[in-house]
Amino acid sequence: MTGTTDTLTAAAALALGDDALVLSHRLGEWAGSAPVLEEEVALANIALDLLGQARVLLSLVGDEDELAYLREERSFRNSQLVEQPNGDFAHTIARQLYFSTYQHLLYGRLATGDGPFAGLAAKAVKEVAYHQDHAEHWTLRLGDGTTESHQRMQRACDALWRYTGELFQPVEGLDLDLPALETAWLDSVTDVLGRATLTVPSGPRTGAWSAGAGRQGLHTESFGRMLAEMQHLHRSHPGATW
Amino acid sequence: MTAVTAGTAGTTGASGASDTAAAAEQAAYEAVFDAAVAADERIEPRDWMPEAYRASLVRQIAQHAHSEIIGMQPEANWITRAPSLRRKAILMAKVQDEAGHGLYLYSAAETLGTSRDELLDKLHSGRQKYSSIFNYPTLTWADVGAIGWLVDGAAITNQVPLCRCSYGPYARAMVRVCKEESFHQRQGYEALLALSRGTEAQHAMAQDAVNRWWWPSLMMFGPPDDESTHTAQAMAWKIKRHSNDELRQRFVDIAVPQAEALGLTLPDPDLRWNEERGHYDFGPIDWTEFWDVLKGNGPCNDQRLSRRRQAHEDGAWVREAAAAYADKHTGKHGEAQA
Repeated sequence: MTGTTDTLTAAAALALGDDALVLSHRLGEWAGSAPVLEEEVALANIALDLLGQARVLLSLVGDEDELAYLREERSFRNSQLVEQPNGDFAHTIARQLYFSTYQHLLYGRLATGDGPFAGLAAKAVKEVAYHQDHAEHWTLRLGDGTTESHQRMQRACDALWRYTGELFQPVEGLDLDLPALETAWLDSVTDVLGRATLTVPSGPRTGAWSAGAGRQGLHTESFGRMLAEMQHLHRSHPGATW
Repeated sequence: MTAVTAGTAGTTGASGASDTAAAAEQAAYEAVFDAAVAADERIEPRDWMPEAYRASLVRQIAQHAHSEIIGMQPEANWITRAPSLRRKAILMAKVQDEAGHGLYLYSAAETLGTSRDELLDKLHSGRQKYSSIFNYPTLTWADVGAIGWLVDGAAITNQVPLCRCSYGPYARAMVRVCKEESFHQRQGYEALLALSRGTEAQHAMAQDAVNRWWWPSLMMFGPPDDESTHTAQAMAWKIKRHSNDELRQRFVDIAVPQAEALGLTLPDPDLRWNEERGHYDFGPIDWTEFWDVLKGNGPCNDQRLSRRRQAHEDGAWVREAAAAYADKHTGKHGEAQA
């Protein structure tokens, strides 16, 4: 990378690419365990879209496999939200709702500009519209389904709420009106949760740690294990091609 | 609506005269069915069919559908460890296709009056089987390639003739399944080729996988013809077009030159070209292992079924929520399900 613009583009591509890579991996963990066969197809579909986005974005930075398989945990720039373990289906759906709503708004804005991500964003925004629709419909079903599903979905929304503030922290290389993005996100999520008979969580939306979070390479404890599993085979055969 | 089931045709008579009439009616339906099968016409869901034909199809389609969804497990075992992003995308798409095949096949079984829930219950309680090949473990990354090449290759050999099966919905489902399977087989072959031509450790991994998957793949065609309980009737009904042994030979003949091109050996010292027969001869199959695995004593039988039951039980509250939501919002159970 030479020059400031390239460096900035690479920093942003890494953050967005890592988000997509890590969430795709988490969704891939569902394979064979989804609650219904249609969801095997749907979750894999979303995981594949995200993996496709990750590959395009990481390739803007360098070799996709070196970046995915040979970086240490502290070098990953994904938000902490996407690395959160799947939990039950409600946790996976809450994570999808929060993230896909953000990603849809983000790519919608990037697609309209003439920046380095406009092309990618124009394609990805269509994929992400489906991800958001999927998450919204399941949020409605779980929130307004049975007493048990309502409780599980509320717990999941509450538990993941604290990771949503990070999505609106500045990302190097992305010139966005973050307060406007955040307001639009809150409006959308509040609307869906309301229709799902769920309560908008009231707790803080960021953790109390001044060192930062995922965008600064600070992750949660489960992330190291995820990477250990993801990277072990590649790292066991240095220099091999697959 | 012309469909009449054998049950109603045969049991409506209260007197001797109507019994005779019913029997004549039944014979007429059978004659129409037999003529359609003989003329290679497709039997469709609303057509009359013998109950034994229906039961045989349900058994076969259910076993096939169950194999698709159980078969997701050994491959999903490697999604989170796939060694490159390209391979990861290919594997995820493949496992997704298997879920899709499960969906088409359960739908094909539904056209015969058997619901997906009913079939899943039978799978979970062990009353219906899935292909025994999935009771073997995937121990290394190369197993993913070996499954694609050998297991999908054997499946295609079995399934291509099913595209001409006498039952329309099954035949049509198989056309789509076979297209995707042949894509998977090429990808498996290509993954193994990369390993075979890779480092020494990668080559050894590929050879080890082929050593373990070769014989179980040959067993996928089922017992020898003289011990196969279903083959003769299934062939008469044109559900099945070729015998187990014919298909097994066809598969061996295709696989041997492919193994050579891969630079890998097949673990059978008796494997050689027989000029006179125009086929490869191969060594005896260990049918004791086959029956043992089929009876539940394979390395992964318990694991596969427990995992499937667990996923189903863990998902119960989700399915209940979807049904409750659909009831509240459409009044029609199931309409709003994903």
